[in-house]
Amino acid sequence: MVRAFHYTRDDRLNRFDVIVVGGGHAGGEAAAAAARVGARTALITFSKANLGVLSCNPAIGGLGKGHLVREIDALDGIMGRLADASGIQFRVLNRRKGPAVRGPRAQADRKLYRQAAGIELLEKTPGLTLIEGEVTDLLVADQAVTGVELADGREIQAGAVVLTTGTFLRGLVHLGEERWSAGRIGEQPSHRLAERLLACGFALGRLKTGTPPRLNGRTIQWDALAVQEGDDPPEPFSSLTTTITTAQAPCHITRTTSATHALIRANLDRAPVFTGQIGGQGPRYCPSIEDKVNRFGDRDGHQVFLEPEGLDDDAVYPNGISTSLPRDVQAGIVHSMPGLEKTEILQYGYAIEYDFLDPRGLFPSLETKHLNRLFLAGQINGTTGYEEAAAQGLVAGLNAARRAGGQSAVHFSRMQSYIGVLVDDLVTQGVTEPYRMFTSRSEFRLALRADNADLRLTRFGSELKLVGAERLARFDTKEAALGQAKALLQSLSLTPREAERHGVALNQDGVRRTAFELLSYPHIEWGHLIRVWPALAAIPGLVADQAAIEAKYAVYLGRQEADIARLQRDEQLDLSVFDSGSYDGIAGLSNEIRLKLNLIRPRSVAQARQIEGMTPAALTLIAVHAKKRGERDRIAAVTDS
Amino acid sequence: MTETVFSLSSGKGKAGIAVIRISGPLAGTALLALAGALPPLRQATLMTLRRPGSDVILDRALVLLFARDRSFTGEPVAELHVHGGPAVVRSVLGALAEVPGLRMAVPGEFTRQALGNGRIDLGQVEALADLIDAETERQRMQALSGLAGMLGAAVRDWRSLLLEAKAMVAADIDFSDEGDVADQGLRGIDSLLQRLESGLEGALRTADRGRMLVDGFRVAIIGPPNAGKSTLLNALARRDVAIVSEHAGTTRDVLEVKLDIDGYAVILADTAGLRETSDPVERMGIERARTSASKADLVLLLDDGESEPPDADSLTAPSIRVRTKIDRKAAGPLHDISCRIHLSAHTGEGLDSLTEQILLAIREGDRGEPSLLVHERQRQGVERALAAVQGAQREAVRGVEFLDHHLQRADDALKEVIGLIGVEEVLGAVFSRFCIGK
Repeated sequence: MVRAFHYTRDDRLNRFDVIVVGGGHAGGEAAAAAARVGARTALITFSKANLGVLSCNPAIGGLGKGHLVREIDALDGIMGRLADASGIQFRVLNRRKGPAVRGPRAQADRKLYRQAAGIELLEKTPGLTLIEGEVTDLLVADQAVTGVELADGREIQAGAVVLTTGTFLRGLVHLGEERWSAGRIGEQPSHRLAERLLACGFALGRLKTGTPPRLNGRTIQWDALAVQEGDDPPEPFSSLTTTITTAQAPCHITRTTSATHALIRANLDRAPVFTGQIGGQGPRYCPSIEDKVNRFGDRDGHQVFLEPEGLDDDAVYPNGISTSLPRDVQAGIVHSMPGLEKTEILQYGYAIEYDFLDPRGLFPSLETKHLNRLFLAGQINGTTGYEEAAAQGLVAGLNAARRAGGQSAVHFSRMQSYIGVLVDDLVTQGVTEPYRMFTSRSEFRLALRADNADLRLTRFGSELKLVGAERLARFDTKEAALGQAKALLQSLSLTPREAERHGVALNQDGVRRTAFELLSYPHIEWGHLIRVWPALAAIPGLVADQAAIEAKYAVYLGRQEADIARLQRDEQLDLSVFDSGSYDGIAGLSNEIRLKLNLIRPRSVAQARQIEGMTPAALTLIAVHAKKRGERDRIAAVTDS
Repeated sequence: MTETVFSLSSGKGKAGIAVIRISGPLAGTALLALAGALPPLRQATLMTLRRPGSDVILDRALVLLFARDRSFTGEPVAELHVHGGPAVVRSVLGALAEVPGLRMAVPGEFTRQALGNGRIDLGQVEALADLIDAETERQRMQALSGLAGMLGAAVRDWRSLLLEAKAMVAADIDFSDEGDVADQGLRGIDSLLQRLESGLEGALRTADRGRMLVDGFRVAIIGPPNAGKSTLLNALARRDVAIVSEHAGTTRDVLEVKLDIDGYAVILADTAGLRETSDPVERMGIERARTSASKADLVLLLDDGESEPPDADSLTAPSIRVRTKIDRKAAGPLHDISCRIHLSAHTGEGLDSLTEQILLAIREGDRGEPSLLVHERQRQGVERALAAVQGAQREAVRGVEFLDHHLQRADDALKEVIGLIGVEEVLGAVFSRFCIGK
């Protein structure tokens, strides 16, 4: 295939289609995506060893997050495969609830994850070049980025640059009364990169996140603790993984006690989050243990999951007691919990404050509005979590490659994917606390499921050339099998009386029902259908499961389509002709909404509706002006011609 | 740039006073051109209007000038209260057309300006259209309550209940495996949904009343041929009640007359006589009579004591049996106890008590607060929201994702009611109702 990239024939090391700065989860996925669509891509990171580091908890996926991983995988991204290669405990969360709200999650072995990332990016991704070095500045010409400058003075040119530099902006670590500057600001020349961004007019916000102390597993009394086993067999993330071959390990559960809470209460005056030492906004959904005790004082204990960091690693991550209390208090907290009475702390917990760039300064392609050809992904946009970072990386890497190749931006819709929800939320709403994905962020939860990510996205990804041949072949096979199974289910039918003869209770209304319709009844399962129609036994288990899930939600999804159509009509009320400042001409908008509109510049009335604080009156105003403007433009077009 | 537009804002035809409104940046300039000076803001001032650039006097008029921030449209506004003859109005409008930069307003343009300048919201626009269309006192009161934004306030309350329910569901789905919320679960969501359901149902119950007040209380006159239906209609229309308007019904077989009875708009429909017939045209007329009866708020069943009176059992609306032609000798008994009213359209006997019975039926349906839901668009939205809330209650047992699905649909429906979703359609529907000058 011939592509229209600028530098495709250029083999010199200082010219690329796309440069990705940073080798974390956003950077890795961005580089892989850009390379997959055929862009000559450079991934610049401090050290090869940084690739695939799980810097916080050793787990991938969860509710919402697991959906993102499946979507990344459906687009042939790397995260799902890395998690499958390194996962040591797989669990589908919400298994006792419906398929629409289940989320796959895995504990990962840190070392194995890093190894897998190295192999994937360095060996299995053609067109990707790794450069070790520190980016100190952007090369800019005519309001557009043309490349980067490294600390050693090298200049590398590119058609587009993706920045995935995490929390490098004014990072400040807090541990009790101590604090120190993290990241490189103030000590190293990358300060210039930060200054460059600030000078471009990006708005800054400040956030906080925290981590718990790490424990020495050899000093934990495991037999005193409740065990949580993973699923058997483990369910992989990637549709390319057939079986999980890594050995599996359990997690253990302990609890904070009234002694823990008393100790924390007695030391609240030493907690940076309460003394005013920390100003950044932390995540409400992932509070530190001192926050939990302070806010939910009536509870006598909180669950703490003891997660292994690796198969041959003694370190244990106690999920649930993130804290920045002083070292002596942290030791006291750990020792107050059952099984941890004598446990040694390998590394103390801490909180980190950092600046992020207001993502409302981004287009849905994740290209910045301030500087052309510059894309931002990951924590720098105010998100938290590996999966959120990776999803943005994929969007930014894809669009950077397209930008470099002169192709139009790809827009992920919130009706199609959680990736779309994530991007739309970021660029429309901005963030006030570290942004994490939840299934409740989607209006279309029944349609956007972890089980159908490939059905929603793989064909789309294939059209974008994001999806490789192997995945596409497998997908074609699965899609065909599913289509046949559904056709068969819809061709078989019976009356309530016939059903009764097979021991299936139905309303005796004389109405024939197809096998597909029967599957939507809560009390009817695949096994019942096979009793009635033995031919169905030939359908493979995974295909049958998928068909059953679709049957369960079919009626609702049909109705939902009408709603989606209504929403899309507002999508057609185009606001893209409005530039920043256009909203100043609309009398009657509140200052707050006017500021937001000028900043976000929504592309449609549908997007404007999502803006926080939007009122029906303001939305109507915007619509009236959009229509007026549209009419004027049409008249102008007619008079011109 | 907003244009300056003008038009006659009061009704057409002869009247004591006619009001011409000018709205836009050039309103003051226009006034200067006609009156030679500007009056103090918001003070009615008697001024002489002349044709611009001449001494030709058009009229002596009461003139009002409003500044941009204190006017209905959010633009500078001038109002000319001129003498109401068509010739005067025509000449003043003609003079305004000569002022450079001014043009006649298109339908709904003043309201569009007001909306565009954020002076009113969409619900208020709809209510304003009602206020302008209001022909009776009760219609006016209903429209005023809409202008005050009562519907918007109610939707806000409903949506905050929904938000609470959605938060519970979100916690149950997204945090159930994190150990800290699982035990709280969905406790309390049932009562939340019940409150929501009864709120929505209450609003829908008043919807019929709102429709009745705005469109008129529908009274269908049904009966065998020659039972005196048309005579009764004419008699009612000619008496102490005024004919508001008269127009042919949707078919030539149903004649409708709009009356004002004690402040209520009443639509009286005269229908084809009911009988067994093989004539296809007549059958069609009878079919329409039945349709008219099924849409009516009240049915008058006429019985002249000669032919078989119609059957009330198949009717959904309340009915009153009326014995007609009591001035004439008839085959049947004169005082039939199954008839509540006995009247003679010719002598006028019994007409007052019939009017009273109609009024009683109207008042029966018009108790309590003004209705929140006046328009079909609003009613349908609330109906969809109610169906979704009931779906949530019904299917919660199937799984939390079904509960969530219905709550989301309910919220979308309410967003449509207040115009957060479907903005384009709402705008179209609303402005299609405006006529020029409002």
